[in-house]
Amino acid sequence: MTPRTLVDKIWDNHVIRRLQSGADLLHVDRHLVHEMTSHRAFDSLRKRGIGVQSPDLTFAAVDHIVATLPGRGEATNPAGLPFIRMWRQNCEEFGITRFDIGDPRQGIVHVVGPELGIDLPGCTLVCGDSHTASNGGLGALAWGIGSSEVEHVLATQTIVQTRPKRMRIWFEGALGAGVSAKDMILYVIGKLGTAAGVGYAVEYAGPAIQALPVESRLTICNMSIELGARAGLIAPDEVTFAWLKGREFAPKGRAWDAAVADWRDLHSDDGAVFDREVTIDCTQIAPQVTWGTSPQDVVGIGENVPDPAAIDDPVRRAAVERAIGYIGVTAGRPLDGTPIDYAFIGSCTNGRFSDLVAAAEVARGRKVAPGVIALVVPGSMQVRQAAIDAGLDKVFLDAGFEWREAGCSMCVAGNGDFIPPGKRCIATSNRNFESRQGPGSRTHLASPASVAAAAVSGRIVDVRTFSGSKS
Amino acid sequence: MDKFTTLTGTAAVMPLENINTDAIIPVTWIVNYGRDLGEGLFGVWRYHADGTERTEFVLNQAPYRDACILVGGRNFGCGSSREEAVWALLGFGIRCVIAPSFGDIFYENSFKNALLPIRMAQEDIDVLMRDPAFVAGAKLVVDLETCRVSVPGGSNGIAFDIDPARREALLQGFDHIDLTRQHVDEIAAFQAADKARRPWVHAPGKGE
Ligand code: SF4
Repeated sequence: MTPRTLVDKIWDNHVIRRLQSGADLLHVDRHLVHEMTSHRAFDSLRKRGIGVQSPDLTFAAVDHIVATLPGRGEATNPAGLPFIRMWRQNCEEFGITRFDIGDPRQGIVHVVGPELGIDLPGCTLVCGDSHTASNGGLGALAWGIGSSEVEHVLATQTIVQTRPKRMRIWFEGALGAGVSAKDMILYVIGKLGTAAGVGYAVEYAGPAIQALPVESRLTICNMSIELGARAGLIAPDEVTFAWLKGREFAPKGRAWDAAVADWRDLHSDDGAVFDREVTIDCTQIAPQVTWGTSPQDVVGIGENVPDPAAIDDPVRRAAVERAIGYIGVTAGRPLDGTPIDYAFIGSCTNGRFSDLVAAAEVARGRKVAPGVIALVVPGSMQVRQAAIDAGLDKVFLDAGFEWREAGCSMCVAGNGDFIPPGKRCIATSNRNFESRQGPGSRTHLASPASVAAAAVSGRIVDVRTFSGSKS
Repeated sequence: MDKFTTLTGTAAVMPLENINTDAIIPVTWIVNYGRDLGEGLFGVWRYHADGTERTEFVLNQAPYRDACILVGGRNFGCGSSREEAVWALLGFGIRCVIAPSFGDIFYENSFKNALLPIRMAQEDIDVLMRDPAFVAGAKLVVDLETCRVSVPGGSNGIAFDIDPARREALLQGFDHIDLTRQHVDEIAAFQAADKARRPWVHAPGKGE
């Protein structure tokens, strides 16, 4: 048989029929729904008078607009209330399992999917959110869709897609101290640009990927969309299987054994052909921090902000000038030392347990710098509980961080948590767009350890100069 | 779905790369239930904090208030999957966006709403923009039948490529869900067969 890529293997398993247009009608194994983008889809379904084709394969989380203040309820963020109510009502009416406020399983949809074993290797998984590719960290082919496609999946449990081109990004060499999965993916985006992945599904592979624990793999796949790719994935292995076993919606007993036997074939065959291959040397990666308003505007902490005068392409030069002006950094100077007002640890990129461990290691025994507001928002209530069990809540609270309940919070600033105009935030989330964290907000993206280090220093700093935790 | 055949009208030019969907429709408008998304189009760029218009922003200037075509830079519509970005453009009156490249999800969402996204090389866009008739009137004609964009009273224009099936769907106003529902039997058959092949997929959390 011709050698196939991982993407092609999963794709071929899901084709219901090839359509005349050349696109394929694919089966969707898992559909995740959240409160911000789903209500129009359900309304339209109701108007058509049709139900949800496979409610058992559909799961719903409340995350985007839910308040994260301790003791929050559905009305703590008044703007979110109609959305939460519509979402709840739709789940009830159409028979969809939901993780509501007060449920110990509530959390950000891309944190909850893997952690509950809803997301499985070899599955097709979609959700009305662009960071759905996170789920590719377990070896699923997962991608974000718009509301019309949400409605299509609800109505038919299928999606019409043209087979993407395949890109493989091969990581070799060991990561340095203080460098994490977030730095790896920011580095790649900086090298290739935010449009490199348009039209592609990206497989992340190589020894440095295999060496990563599952949560780090989810972080890498999460930011595939910042590379322009709808889907990014990593071949599942023993690490994946061990991590998944026993999770609530993962297969059990004999079904588990059959699943694992099937999943062992989920890797790109030797000789499989990719449309583009890129190799990354991990020894070259320093802690990354963004200086501008696109995730590709990123440098290693020791490097300088670029000088627009040195850029030939006029469109790019204008973009760099605008970004530097907006963020308020100096061309040709390092970011190191830039004072910050806010620090945000959370989101579907870096709101998992290991992320909180990495941040707590830096925060332990230190204090948030005077004048800095620092938030820790766990990605899910399970993550939150695990952190409490490990005593991390105390570490953060002692250091002066706010300790929140689970949700998207300051990543998208839709729930009442936002950065005021002109203020500067360093964040573990995935987007540094103009006004993303609130109108006029300025965002620097970095890893959990780098953000914690900035929070206690009051300025952007090289986390490698922090020698372990202070206790 | 609405049809799209031809469109003639004012084109506003925003020569920025990576115009993302957060910029097209800021989250503050989305989470304000029932608010007119067209009013929120490019909200942060269009209004001061007190809600008054920023006069320097293109869509606040005559004749661009009536624009129905937007010409953008590379990677237009990147970022968040929010279909509200498309609805906001439509709410304002934009029916067509021309750019060298688009974010994948925005591109897909556009077709679902009969908003035509045209991929056109920057050199070709520049040719249109420099046409003296365009400089004078800021108008373009978009013809999906012939797949050309031209300047009224100007040169013959530029041809664009589009997937034939997508073009047909727009010209006919096909509904994507109705089309797929013609295959309901095949979908059911696939699920039944797949259940035997991969039982764990179809019974989340179960033992057999
Ligand atoms: S944390 Fe941010 S990126 Fe992730 S799902 Fe929520 S809003 Fe989207």
